[in-house]
Amino acid sequence: MYGRKVKLRILFLVALISSIILTIFLILKSLEENVVYFLSPTEVKSLNELTQDKIRIGGMVKENSIDISSEKINFVITDFNNEINVMYSGLVPNLFQENKGVVAEGFLEDKNYFKAEKILAKHDENYMPPEIKEKLGEK
Amino acid sequence: MIFNYIGNYSLIISVIISLTIFFLSISNLQKINIKKKINLNKLNFFQFFFVLVSFFSLVVLFVLSEFSNITVFNNSHTTKPLFYKISGTWGNHEGSLLLWLLILTLSLFIYFLSSKSRPIKERLLTLIFQEVIIIGFLIFIIKTSNPFNQIFPIPKEGLGLNPILQDPILAIHPPVLYLGYVSTSIIFSSSLASLVQGNVNNLWAKHIKKWIFASWIFLTIGILLGSIWAYYELGWGGFWFWDPVENISLMPWLSLTALLHCILVLEKRSLLSSWTIILSISTFTLSVCGTFLVRSGILNSVHTFANDPERGLFILIFLFILVFLSLVIYFLFEKNLKTNNNKFNLLTKESSILINNWFIMYFLSVILIGTIYPIFLEVLSDQKISVGPPFFNKLLIPFLIPFLIFMSIGPNLNWIKNKIFENKIQLIIFFILNLILSFFIIKIFGRITLTFTILLAASFYLFFITFKDLIKKDYKNISQAISHFGFSLLILSILMNSILSKEIIANLKVGEEIKFMESTIKFKKVENSSRSNFKSLVGFFEINNKDDKKFLFKPEIRIYNQPQVITSEADIKTNFFKDKFFVINLVKGENYFNIRYQEKPLMIWIWLSTILIAIGGSVSFFKRYEK
Repeated sequence: MYGRKVKLRILFLVALISSIILTIFLILKSLEENVVYFLSPTEVKSLNELTQDKIRIGGMVKENSIDISSEKINFVITDFNNEINVMYSGLVPNLFQENKGVVAEGFLEDKNYFKAEKILAKHDENYMPPEIKEKLGEK
Repeated sequence: MIFNYIGNYSLIISVIISLTIFFLSISNLQKINIKKKINLNKLNFFQFFFVLVSFFSLVVLFVLSEFSNITVFNNSHTTKPLFYKISGTWGNHEGSLLLWLLILTLSLFIYFLSSKSRPIKERLLTLIFQEVIIIGFLIFIIKTSNPFNQIFPIPKEGLGLNPILQDPILAIHPPVLYLGYVSTSIIFSSSLASLVQGNVNNLWAKHIKKWIFASWIFLTIGILLGSIWAYYELGWGGFWFWDPVENISLMPWLSLTALLHCILVLEKRSLLSSWTIILSISTFTLSVCGTFLVRSGILNSVHTFANDPERGLFILIFLFILVFLSLVIYFLFEKNLKTNNNKFNLLTKESSILINNWFIMYFLSVILIGTIYPIFLEVLSDQKISVGPPFFNKLLIPFLIPFLIFMSIGPNLNWIKNKIFENKIQLIIFFILNLILSFFIIKIFGRITLTFTILLAASFYLFFITFKDLIKKDYKNISQAISHFGFSLLILSILMNSILSKEIIANLKVGEEIKFMESTIKFKKVENSSRSNFKSLVGFFEINNKDDKKFLFKPEIRIYNQPQVITSEADIKTNFFKDKFFVINLVKGENYFNIRYQEKPLMIWIWLSTILIAIGGSVSFFKRYEK
């Protein structure tokens, strides 16, 4: 039979490997549950079925579309091909303006209505998330 | 402008000096020559000196607003206050890399002066490895990000510095953070050198410990400064957002924290030598990796100054070479690591340190995967995703519980051997005490979840045990007790903060009122004012408590002229129990202001406890070694 030392080593290795596998499994599993996909209004329109997951929608805030009252802010995100209406109540970043880039995070009500939970802050008026730049550039 | 030339040529001179040092050390290594030793000291100094000259030239260019220099033109403006002209030097890609280089050469200079007790071969090897890094960065700066490029015709006015970077804390945040990041290069070089020499033993550990502590303290303070800044400047009302850039600064910190603990085991017990080397390599790699991810424009954030693929590619190649070389060296010389027969017993200080090291590695890998997975996915499948706080919270919080418990028990165990329950009655009493305490916490606050309760209990456990150690007069390891006490305080305040925070968000017109809890918030008026580089709108809000106490808040919106950026300045009232945080935003073209009012309990304790953690490190840094 193997000596005590070798046995310990094997035990140690098995523990190590199984814990690494467990770790990776855990991480990947929760990644699956917690990622947020980024879509443009056009991609939302072309969805086959409505997703229940949290998503992000990016594009431009359409001109003259911001409608504000004490409880909520409604506006329209456009990628110049398609549009989507956004309902939101919460904090808006300083750079939230008409004709500027915006990213909203929340849930789809249907293909034309999006209930946002968060409007993402950006730091620079020239800055546009590359996702939007790319998606606008594709058009 | 003469300073453009001075700066540029001193950079080129330092390349020459670095190459000289590199080849001199190699030839010295083959034939130990005592006389040349002094020579190297001088050369190290000159290398540092010329980079310093170059750095100062850039500072002068910024102060004089010399727009013939592209870097200055892109990042400065004549109306900017002097202080921000100076700090603007490192508020951009080129300048910040020059600062990187400056610290790199400075740390090498200090290392060579302070390592006289070490074998000359080990020092020379460290010098060689360090020079590889320095030369790499020099070429990188000169080739892809030269701060001294000129522009013609000379513009009349610069483009200005992003206003949210115009802030006193952010002026010192990069240098402090860089001191932490860059001094890990010495740990990296020295560990490779001692590996090659077969010197990875307790004496080396004692020597390199100082560097590890120094980097760790700077890194801790650097991250803290960034976090404080994000809290009051970005108006998000929190201190940590699991933003990729934050994660990237946390990763080397975690790795360094693990290293900090395992170097103690190496020092006291001559164990874990190869683990120490791996951690040294990974810490520095993560630091360079951070520079790569942030500077290449792959991650989007305030820190991304330029979107230049060439730069990203260069750092990526450089990073790859570094990792590849260090791994080759590791596997070639791994046999030099003396395996000793010191046994590992389960119930000892060293094994609890090892267990905590594993936990830290787990935290590190969660953060690493959460941060880089979206990048890989985008490259591979063109899908765009983001990984948010729920992912990190879910994977990290439950594992904090055993981590905290080991952190409480570990330091009270002895090295080598322990008998179960011997003198450990205190630990058990505290355990029972804090079970009772947590029971009452559940009673009082009700709705909090099970994980939160257990986590709260675990951090109280650590809190009491470290507090007991702190007040015990003859406790040997006061620095550890301070840091661990700080950590328990940190977790406690974060928990209480997240459970008890309250907030309201609304859109208000002047004159309107809104109810929040048992008080009313009244929007009284807006005042306009103007400064040299911005105009401001100040909102006056009055909060009436139920007991008729009135608080006036004056949050501000600033409209900067160059570049044209709007920022919010939150009005924060801080005391020891809670922060009251008021921020307003402009919704353009409308009469409504978007307001947010938050009450955040124990906010200041998050900062104070982090400072306490760093103080613990400093105590250890300045402590004389026991005889």
